[in-house]
Amino acid sequence: MSDRYSALALARHALQPDLPWPRAWRSPEPKTSYDVVIVGGGGHGLATAYYLAENHGIRNVAVIERNYIGSGNVGRNTTIIRSNYMIGGNTAFFEHSLKLWEGLSHELNFNCMVSHRGQIVLAVNPVQLDTFARRGNIMRLNGIDAELLDRGEVMKLLPYLDYSKEARWPICGGILQRRAGTARHDAVAWAYTRAADRHGIDIIENCEVTGFTMAEGRVTGVDTTRGRINAGKVAIAVAGHTSHVARLAGLRLPVESHVLQAFVTEPVKPLVHHVVSWGAELFYLSQSDKGGLVFGGHIDGFNTYTQRGQFGKIREVAECAVSLMPFISRLRLLRHWGGIQDMTPDGSPFICRTPVRNLYLNGGWCYQGFKATPASGWTFAHTIAHDEEHELNRCYALDRFEKGAELDEFGLGNWTYKQ
Amino acid sequence: MRIPCPWCGPRDYSEFRYGGDAAKQRPVHGETDAKVWHDYYFLFDNPKGPHDEYWQHVLGCRQWFKLARDTATNEIGEVP
Repeated sequence: MSDRYSALALARHALQPDLPWPRAWRSPEPKTSYDVVIVGGGGHGLATAYYLAENHGIRNVAVIERNYIGSGNVGRNTTIIRSNYMIGGNTAFFEHSLKLWEGLSHELNFNCMVSHRGQIVLAVNPVQLDTFARRGNIMRLNGIDAELLDRGEVMKLLPYLDYSKEARWPICGGILQRRAGTARHDAVAWAYTRAADRHGIDIIENCEVTGFTMAEGRVTGVDTTRGRINAGKVAIAVAGHTSHVARLAGLRLPVESHVLQAFVTEPVKPLVHHVVSWGAELFYLSQSDKGGLVFGGHIDGFNTYTQRGQFGKIREVAECAVSLMPFISRLRLLRHWGGIQDMTPDGSPFICRTPVRNLYLNGGWCYQGFKATPASGWTFAHTIAHDEEHELNRCYALDRFEKGAELDEFGLGNWTYKQ
Repeated sequence: MRIPCPWCGPRDYSEFRYGGDAAKQRPVHGETDAKVWHDYYFLFDNPKGPHDEYWQHVLGCRQWFKLARDTATNEIGEVP
């Protein structure tokens, strides 16, 4: 029986309830050797595996995941996708990502629930609105959609914000990207896993990489908790733990690990129809299909690998929420959690070769890993296949700080504690 | 997380500001090799485990001090 998902397959299974759905992917034993071993079965590692097979015909590939698929940051983000970037390099990369999102459910034959509900960033003073106009113009010159909204237009779209005279941060207007929105993060992980598996790629869960084998300055494989695996090329995609894994290969990186918290309220009826971001503080909110308001803010502010946040930050983010949308004070917080993210000094990622031959690095995703997932895998696969960066990720090199080629889009590096 | 300020005693972490890795050695004055400054400024050990670091009690006595913390658990050890 075909394991392709379709309306027909759904009907067939509905009429034959005894017929089990096939497992979405195999659970293979690791082979002794692969052309490419990808360390890390998160969104980026899985997307890389898929595009290696789909775009470059490299199918003798293993993805090695320490835990189970979907257990890491791919299931810990606030699911926002957008491409409202201004700096050269970022604009083309994130727009490419958004275009891949647009066709992703069809391409992977899995409903990723991509919703182009639009994202509005709110300006809280006229100067900020001017900077948004500049950003919007640069986006439009790059072929990305952007609309500037005045206060009246924002009031029509988001009538539930605090527009009173007492509002701590008066709302002057905003910038809208209609093609931005959300996607279901778990589905993205499962979709890429299943699609990679159908290409014959081995997805090996519950297998931790404990070291790299080297010969003559090049990497030749990995040691894992399930034995040694030889590899022609090894790719690291373990954002959050990038320093930890790269150290096993003798690399010291411009990365610090920080915890970012996210929050969900109890479900309410449909209210927030966009992704809303705020110009006064780093704060972003959307409503899930289940009705919960999903929101987040800044990192806690010191390096840590503990996947739990500090109460002080919960209070600060809640203050942002209530300041912008006073009705939130009447909702109960249902869940909150933390994810560990790589913070780089300029707030931009790495998708590149490394000083070790045949070892490739994808990491440093700061706040923006989820939205980048498709383009990250797409460009990383190209970099691995051709041993050379693609035009889209040439700016994300490891040596950009030595060369003064930083990509400081938002000033959101790991030095929040020095600002 | 409660941080033991050497002058004020244990206080909530929100009174403090993190100041980075205390194991880093600043290059000597007059160092002209940009690579040395790059490594000092941009690279981090970022260990998953014991970490010596600077904190400042900004909303208290405003003193800087060193703290030993385990980044895997946030457990705070001896002040080095």
